[in-house]
Parts: sequence; structure tokens; C-alpha cells
Amino acid sequence: MRRLPVVVLQQLLLIGLSLISLYPLWFVMQTALKSRQAYMADPTGLPRAPTLENIIELFRAMPFGRWTLNSLAVVVVAVLAATLIASFAAYAIAFGRFAGRRLFFNLNIALMALPPIALVVPLFTVMVQAGLINTLPSVMLVYTGLLIPFSVFFLVNFFRELPFELIEAATIDGASPARILLRIVMPLSVATMSTLVIVNAIWVWNELLFALVFLQDNSQRTLMAGLTLFQGRYSTDQPLVMAGAFLSILPLVALYLGSQSFFVRGMTAGIGK
Amino acid sequence: MARPPRRRRHVPWAYLFIAPAVLALAGTFAYPLIEVVRFSFYSGSLGDLVFVGTANYQGLWEDPVFLTSLLNNLKLLATVPIMTVLALAIALILNAQVAGWRQYRAIVFLPYILPATAIGLVFGYLLEEDGVLNRELRALHLGVLARDWLGSATNVVPTIGSVIIWQQLGFGIVVFAAALLAVPRELVEAARIDGATGWQVQRLILIPQIRRVIEFFMVLEAITILSAIFTYVFVLTKGGPAEASSIIEYYVFENGFENGAIGIASAAVVVLLGLASILIGAYLRLRARAAEAG
Repeated sequence: MRRLPVVVLQQLLLIGLSLISLYPLWFVMQTALKSRQAYMADPTGLPRAPTLENIIELFRAMPFGRWTLNSLAVVVVAVLAATLIASFAAYAIAFGRFAGRRLFFNLNIALMALPPIALVVPLFTVMVQAGLINTLPSVMLVYTGLLIPFSVFFLVNFFRELPFELIEAATIDGASPARILLRIVMPLSVATMSTLVIVNAIWVWNELLFALVFLQDNSQRTLMAGLTLFQGRYSTDQPLVMAGAFLSILPLVALYLGSQSFFVRGMTAGIGK
Repeated sequence: MARPPRRRRHVPWAYLFIAPAVLALAGTFAYPLIEVVRFSFYSGSLGDLVFVGTANYQGLWEDPVFLTSLLNNLKLLATVPIMTVLALAIALILNAQVAGWRQYRAIVFLPYILPATAIGLVFGYLLEEDGVLNRELRALHLGVLARDWLGSATNVVPTIGSVIIWQQLGFGIVVFAAALLAVPRELVEAARIDGATGWQVQRLILIPQIRRVIEFFMVLEAITILSAIFTYVFVLTKGGPAEASSIIEYYVFENGFENGAIGIASAAVVVLLGLASILIGAYLRLRARAAEAG
């Protein structure tokens, strides 16, 4: 048989790849549970005496709880606002008629690919002038705007798959466009909306650049911006920094295990039709 | 894309529906883009701007840090073909429906969703001089392979590229695997009946069939490398050692916020936008073709 060695080789390759993909996560987890001494003595071995002291220290040494709540608040506000604004715009593109409809849609697609760094200096000056620097609304506003192009693109593609007769029938029955969107289209789009919300929430949760620049007051940081501060102050305390990284990753991994298909569908939407 | 039925007319509600999005896009994108171009012709700090013409642009070409940054972005573009080939090879293996392919696919995609900040922190420790990788290499008597991965000017850019590949490879694998799954079975079976070997089927049928997806992936990844890898550099090296791993994004950040040189930062942004617009144009063309093909 020539087949058998090929199968073994394929499996070995895929197992190796999986180990490479997972090892850094394993490293974060086991380091977070070690004391500093234990890490110095043996950075790769299993934690012999697992400890929660790093996790406790995170909340004692820095406003880690506050950062987490800040991140959650920013995620909720920006994702809800962007989803709502994009839903109306996408509905108009899919079912309405207005001058520049195609141009507006293509503009959204182009903006999806725009480097965020291009916006950061002027937006910083705007936020300074508006007195919003070092406050959470500064990043909430910017994230809302940054999420809109992808959200519009994603929703238009979905709305176009809906049967047009449905919209027509409701219109003939006298329903207003807003009512059709909120009462008929939205309920039909629960899976799509969930996908969009998950992808957008992850993007906001993970964002560093704007958070770093806009939020320099320690109590106003998001989790990612806070983590980089941690790194600067405690870089030689690997277990402490890894405990912070671990907590920032944990909700994402939990969510991924629970709803993997949403992630995959949403995050690969920029490719293909 | 179905053409909208002719019956629909220009109606005011559509304008109302897009108004909030138009406002948000104007504030987030249009205004800052106009401002950044304007700033690029000025020097000094905010509230005290002095018009200097094209001096900032001349300054860029005379600044070795900018040239290094630009060159590093271009070097990192090499990750795109590497990732494409690796992802394609792995997707082809998964496509052969090997045992556990769904689980493998789920595992390799996981890094892609994680925050680059946390990834950077982890790899910072794994790749320290006395970090896990070098310790393990020495333990395996492969000490000759141990390097100062992040601290030496020659190694640092390839190291950052490798971390990027580690995180983004799964994206390519999943995208290619999905595209391969959508290739009509009859095509493959017909080729098999005609006596094509496995490799011939892959080379002559499967890869050409998903060509458009491969192009999409390459353009998107190139856009990412040019415009969205700030976090890796900031967390892994802060552009060091001695600016050796700076990229354009980091150069803009340093000049705009650490050195207070808004004009220089803005001129660098304009150069970046010039490069990015080529790729954005390519992306729009691919999208238009995909929409036409239905």
C-alpha cells in the first residue's frame, strides 16, 4: 500500500501545525498560574503548585477591573450604534433608490481597506478640541465610525438575498420602510446580525492604536491599552503580564468555542461574493 | 446582483436612512483625510502651524528612519506569498477530507481572532534572548540556531513577519478550504476518470477554480501588511532595536505623538495612502468582478 504513509504524513503535519497554533495559548495559561520563582526555574514545565496570586495581583497593582469594564462599555456602545446606523444605510442601499447609491456602496467597500493610522492625528486634534480626550466617548465615537463600512457591506450582501416580494407585500400593506426594517427584516436577520455583532465586538475589544493615543489617563484605559502599560512596568514579571494576557483572551476563546461558525462566516466575509 | 425593479423611484426615506451613516463617515473618514493632507504642508504644533510647502516631504526622503520604515513594510510584504503557499497547501490537505479536518480547521483559525496585543506579549517572552525558544533549542543541543530574535537588527523584521504569519495563516487556510469545498465535485471526478493523478487534479482543476479567492486573499493580506500591523511592532519591539523594526504606521505614531511633529507624521500618512490606494483599487476591481460573476 502506498496510501498509508501519505495519511500518516498528513496527520503528522496537521498535528504539528495544531501544536504550533495552540502552544502560545498553553504558554499564557500555564505561566499565568505560576509564581515568579517557579517561572524562572522552569518556564516551560507544568505549574507544580498552581497559584492565583498573579490574577489577584493584577487587580491590586493596576485598575484591571476598571479597564475590563471600560472595554466592555466601549464594545457595547460602539457595536450597537454602528449596527443600527449601518442597518438603516444597508436597507436603503438594498431596497431604496437614491442618487449615488452604487457610489455610496463602493465608498463603504473602499473605506473598509483604509489604513486607520491615516485618521489618528486629525481625529486626535478633533477630540482635544471637543474636550473628549481621555474619555471613553472619544473612542466610542471613532470606533462607531470605523465599524460602519464593513457593517454596511456585510448587511447589504445579506439583505440582497432576501426575497424582494416580502418587502413589496409589506409596502402594499402600508408599512413604512422603517417598520419593515425593524419588524420584518431584522427578525429575519438574527443569525446575520449576531455574526456582525460578534465580529465587530472582537474588533473593538482587540483595538489598540486609538485606545493608546486617546486614553492616557490610567482609569480611562481599555484593556488592550492597559496591557501595554503593564508590559512597560512589569516586563520582568512574566507570570503577571501573562495573567493579564490570559484574562484578555479568555472571553474570546470561550465565545469561539461556543459559536465558531459565526466567527468564521463573519471574519471571512471580505473575500468572495 | 439583481437589478432593482424599475418601479422603485427616488424616495426621500432612502436619504433619511443613509443620513446617519453619511454623517458618521464624513466625521470619521472624510474630515480627517482632508485635514491630514493639509497638515502635511505645515510644520509646528497644533494651534501654531506654519506653512512650509513640501518641506515635510523632502524631509521624509532625507530621514533614514522613514526609509527604513518604508523598506520594512516592503520586506514584510514577503509574508503574503509565503502565507498564500502555506495556506493553500494545508487547505488542499484538509480538502482531501482527512480524519479530523473540521477540528484542525477550528484549531488553526483560533489565533486569528485573538488580540494582537496579547499575541505580542506572549511572543515577546517566547522569543526573548533567554526565552522559551532559545532555551529549548539549547536543551535540544541546537544552540547554534538560538538567536536574539527581537533584539538584533538583522533578525527582528523576519521575526515580526513570522509572528504575523502565525496569527494570520489560519485565516487563509479557512478561506481556501471553504473555496475548495465549493468546487463542483463533477469537475474533480471527470478529471479522475480521465486518469489525472491527485497532484494533477490539484494543479489543473482545484487551484485554477479558486483563483479568484487566492487573489482576494493576497490583496487583503497586502493591505493588512501595509496598514494594520502597528500593534505587533508596538508590543514586540517599539520599533527597536534603534528603529530597525519601525514601519510606516509606527513612524507616524512616533512623530505624531512622541515627537509632536504633526506635519512630518501627516506627510508620511500621505505617502502611505498613495501606496494603499493601489491595493484598495485592486480590491475594488476584484469585488466588482466577483459581483458581476454573481
